Amino acid sequence: MTVSTADRPLLEVRGLAMHFPISEGIVLSRKVGEVKAVDGIDFAIGRGETLGLVGESGCGKTTTGRCILRLERPTAGQILFDGQDVSGLSSRELVGLRRRMQVIFQDPYSSLNPRMKVGDIVAEPIKVHGVERNPARRRTRVDELLSMCGLDPKFADRYPHEMSGGQRQRVGIARALALEPEFIVCDEAVSALDVSIQAQVVNLLEDLRERLGLTYLFIAHDLSVVRHLCQRVAVMYLGRIVEMAASDELFDHPLHPYTQALLSAVPIPDPRVEAGRAFRPPRGEVPSPINPPTGCVFHPRCPVAVEACKQTRPKLRELRPGHWVACDEVH
Amino acid sequence: MPPLLEVKELHTEFRTGAGLVRAVDGVSYTVEHGETVAVVGESGSGKSVGALSILRLIADPPGRITSGEILFDGRDLLSLSEPEMRKVRGRDIGMVFQEPMTSLNPVLTIGRQITETLEEHQGADRGTAERRALELLEMVGIADPRRRLRQYPHQLSGGMRQRVMIAIALACNPKLIIADEPTTALDVTIQAQILELMKSLTRKLGVAQIIITHNLGVVARYASRVNVMYAGRIVEAGPAEAIYHRPRHPYTMALLRSVPRLDRPRQARLDPVEGQPPDLTRLDGGCAFRPRCRFAVERCGETRPALEATSDAGHLAACFRSAELAAEEVAA
Repeated sequence: MTVSTADRPLLEVRGLAMHFPISEGIVLSRKVGEVKAVDGIDFAIGRGETLGLVGESGCGKTTTGRCILRLERPTAGQILFDGQDVSGLSSRELVGLRRRMQVIFQDPYSSLNPRMKVGDIVAEPIKVHGVERNPARRRTRVDELLSMCGLDPKFADRYPHEMSGGQRQRVGIARALALEPEFIVCDEAVSALDVSIQAQVVNLLEDLRERLGLTYLFIAHDLSVVRHLCQRVAVMYLGRIVEMAASDELFDHPLHPYTQALLSAVPIPDPRVEAGRAFRPPRGEVPSPINPPTGCVFHPRCPVAVEACKQTRPKLRELRPGHWVACDEVH
Repeated sequence: MPPLLEVKELHTEFRTGAGLVRAVDGVSYTVEHGETVAVVGESGSGKSVGALSILRLIADPPGRITSGEILFDGRDLLSLSEPEMRKVRGRDIGMVFQEPMTSLNPVLTIGRQITETLEEHQGADRGTAERRALELLEMVGIADPRRRLRQYPHQLSGGMRQRVMIAIALACNPKLIIADEPTTALDVTIQAQILELMKSLTRKLGVAQIIITHNLGVVARYASRVNVMYAGRIVEAGPAEAIYHRPRHPYTMALLRSVPRLDRPRQARLDPVEGQPPDLTRLDGGCAFRPRCRFAVERCGETRPALEATSDAGHLAACFRSAELAAEEVAA
């Protein structure tokens, strides 16, 4: 089979599952169950594209990101990065992959070593991977990375605690860019920032994507930021993808009852709009992923569920071009 | 009828290693009976310290309420003795905090935490208190309340724990509830449920609320009046409708512009508030927002503008140029 590199998605995830065992006993530990954090998902991300992964706590979005980065070894499924299955690579084989894939974490406070100067934090990946052994040239590169992220190079001599949350997040971004990766997992990368700073960092991520041709997996729970930044969006619920479509299509015509509930729950910053909105919060809470409901995992909370939803797990179907939904009750 | 709560010229300071921080720097506002007032601001704006000051929950040292008056239901809370204040907390003023896991006692059952409040404040006996606890859990929408009463906080989900916090806050029929980021730690569907619950219960029971939040959507959905805080001061205050549709302070304007909205077409680029949040140890005599303000003039560096009436009824702003901004005469 000949597929040219340009047509091939940069990342393709097939049947990805991550089940964490629950064990009991200390000396004679035995497995008593498992948490199905991610339970068989498929998606692809094209070069230069940003895919948003949204959902509530425990839906498996962060675990998905960690599997792709191979910070976890998935239970099942394939992760094709640039055509190569990385799901079973050993830690030695992963070294090369780490240069091409990076991550930006949520918390700019705990993800930077407080005892290291900003310059050393950003230089560390360059050093570890032996990319630039000359200290002076490494320093030049650090300065370049800091300026690219909107920070004055003089920050290289400061410690993280001397900086604000937004500036620290810029350091985290500079570090992620140090190895010139092609793909970055942004795990709630702007969620911890103040409203006035969030927009600055969102703009920075967009600029860098254009300038460096980056591909992002943008994991977040803030739907308005996701709509702004992502070309396509996948909605997860209890370890499964329930809907996936182009961003505008998903937000304008949500088809899955869960996506609809999620969107109606987001308050709009405008009292006039809010006063005129019919608003029904979805009932109940997300069930435990240890004993997920049978059939469609959303059926206990679903306003349109019928008897059949308790029996069969709905498959992700392409209802409109590029618009995939896992619900047998929408047509 | 006088307002339920009147905060006058409140000042709360912290002595830190980096210097003196005036976390709340001359804040005045009122809350009427049964009304919901939102206090909006970002980290370090003083919104939480202001609320904790009302309850006199500022740890001293390093913090201290240095001046001001807090008139609640006719009494100045700042002049009460600690035992008197303890009777106000939890009885007249209920509290709901952001993280229900850390504000509930992990070694007491849910039931005990509710009955404790009732026994302490209302002198209820065990039996009465337990019946009331059951009633309260039903009221806040907890299924199978009898079983839940015997459980511990870790056995409940985040949403349920926050419902328990609301039950405790409402236990003694307070006149005011102070909710500090009550839904920030919760998922969006649970956030919607909790806010809906707080709104319907406070309406039904006629309880006034102060909601402290950074989420502009939450404010728009639930509050009738809004105070916007920046660097320890209220920079704009007024009816929610006026604040969102006729903002008169550049900070409020910039903040509203910077958030992407689901009900509007996607923008090509976000319009952020430029610059960094203020360093509270290094404020000068001028307007604290000046370094980030696109309308700043020389005068803004000399004196801090006071919170003053605008041409809108009940709408106040602390900006020398708010009248110009209103008339849209300002070239940005």
